[in-house]
Amino acid sequence: MANDNITNKQSLPVVTANDFEPVNINERESEVIKRESLTAWRDTWERLRRNKVAMSGLVALVVIIIASIFGPYVAYWVHGYDYQTNDLMATNQKPSALHWFGTDDLGRDMFVRTWSGARISLIVGVAAALIDLFIGVIYGGIMGYFGGRVDTIMNKFSEVLYAIPYLLVTILLLVVFEPSLGTIILALTITGWINMSWIVRGEIMKLKNREYVLASRSMGAGTGRLLFRHLLPNASGPIIVTLTLSVPNAIFAESFLSFLGLGVQAPISSLGSMVENALTGWMYYPWRMLFPAVLISIIMLAFNLLGDGLRDALDPSLKNK
Amino acid sequence: MGVMTGKNLIEVEGLKKYFNVGGGKVLKAVDNLNFFIREGETLGMVGESGCGKSTAGRTILRLYEPTGGSVRFNGTDIYKLSPGKMKAMRRDMQMIFQDPYASLNPRFTVSDIIGEALDIHKMAGSSGERKKRIEELLDLVGLNTDHATRYPHEFSGGQRQRIGIARALAVNPKFIICDEPISALDVSIQAQVVNLLQELQDRLGLTYLFIAHDLSMVKHISDRVAVMYLGKMVELADSEELYSNPIHPYTKSLLSAIPVPDPEIESQKKRILMSAEGGGPIRSADEKTEETSLVEVSPGHWVAMPH
Repeated sequence: MANDNITNKQSLPVVTANDFEPVNINERESEVIKRESLTAWRDTWERLRRNKVAMSGLVALVVIIIASIFGPYVAYWVHGYDYQTNDLMATNQKPSALHWFGTDDLGRDMFVRTWSGARISLIVGVAAALIDLFIGVIYGGIMGYFGGRVDTIMNKFSEVLYAIPYLLVTILLLVVFEPSLGTIILALTITGWINMSWIVRGEIMKLKNREYVLASRSMGAGTGRLLFRHLLPNASGPIIVTLTLSVPNAIFAESFLSFLGLGVQAPISSLGSMVENALTGWMYYPWRMLFPAVLISIIMLAFNLLGDGLRDALDPSLKNK
Repeated sequence: MGVMTGKNLIEVEGLKKYFNVGGGKVLKAVDNLNFFIREGETLGMVGESGCGKSTAGRTILRLYEPTGGSVRFNGTDIYKLSPGKMKAMRRDMQMIFQDPYASLNPRFTVSDIIGEALDIHKMAGSSGERKKRIEELLDLVGLNTDHATRYPHEFSGGQRQRIGIARALAVNPKFIICDEPISALDVSIQAQVVNLLQELQDRLGLTYLFIAHDLSMVKHISDRVAVMYLGKMVELADSEELYSNPIHPYTKSLLSAIPVPDPEIESQKKRILMSAEGGGPIRSADEKTEETSLVEVSPGHWVAMPH
């Protein structure tokens, strides 16, 4: 049928203006947006929620955080011992109903020590990452926003600092000062903020010439408003990802320093020092190494999975690149 | 085209904006601009991409610090103003940007975007007043007032550009620079936005500097048209005069590039070609360029001539 119409031109009906009538669509009505309004954060959360790998990282982290907060109390409440209660009659015991993760060479309960060690590791990791964030955002923000000579000088300084092997600086610092939680965090942040400052610098440089920033300037916005209302919120994606990924680095560094004996000092436990302690007898008492080592691995893996997922969720255009 | 009072609202004199491009070379993006804009008038500014139109607009608003020259708004040289006075002056001079996708902060709601200027200049006494003013502005540009809580990514290009217009209008400016406000829009939407701009000009008595490369649209909206080439103004005349009687070879070449909506004429049309003289606007810092100045060849029709 359709074919006949095309070949036989004469049979096409003549169309005149009278054949048309206005549809009378209300312009305003046609512009109503039906989609539910989502903020950028809700949007990100929706995307993150659909990422099973990242969510498993998040769930694992939540479980570990809860366990490290309440684990030691639970053990204290059930059995009545804390991280330094030792029982020399029960050293190097296998996991049992009394000692869920076994005991170490001094007869201290491994369950309590593992979770309080994880607590130390998380505190160090998160605190170091937050300090990195604070210094990095300010330093990087100044470099990126002002540019020019300010940027050149500040950037050279951070490059020089970055070129010094961080382990050297850290070990020196910990030898000079008494090793404590504060010194370890200081040692980790002394060079740790540089990476964050570079990320922030790059983002600010990219964003400061965007038209919405110009528009805000043309309305008379000052530096503070431009930085805190326009530039940093729009740079928050990469900042959050860098923050999430720098936590496991700090945790690993802390464990590594503790393993070397430069971390928090006994009797306080740390995952790294527990692994170091277990090294001597790991062939006979593998669980003494197993629990802290596995926990470090899970914490690091979980942070990395979450960080990767956040990167995809915050900037979907980066995915599969 | 607005109601003109004959008074000059904007007077630009010897405006220069050079950028350092390294190696002792400078890019003379804007080189010695002289023109005025009457109150209520629309001055069109045309020229090819990279000729310095946008830079000129941004320098006039002092978004870039000028290399030299002066811009007087109602007789006040805005380059001599202190930061505080400049901030107050910004209420009178606003800008509509080219790319409606890049000119709205993606993390702001529409009411934050429009309300920002109100916050900066403390123009709204209470949150209720602020809300009322934002709704008034949305209504003025033909947007649904229910959309105030939405984010820019939920809108189409034309709607976003109208948000940009509402933002510029929030401070009750007298002068607006439209920096290619329609070039990023779909053709069917362009007319809508241009009509809105004209309607607003009539209602609010606005003065426009309309920067564009679409020659037909510029002719439609402008009272007078300035042609820019390699950072300099080569011709300035009433739009009818400029389009019917172009004098500078660059203007002729530019006008011959306007497509004619008749295939037969279009196919026979001859393009007037012109070779770039002197190789573009990047030069070493001390190199002399050929000095030209605008000469009035007939009343109100100025053409750049070598000294």
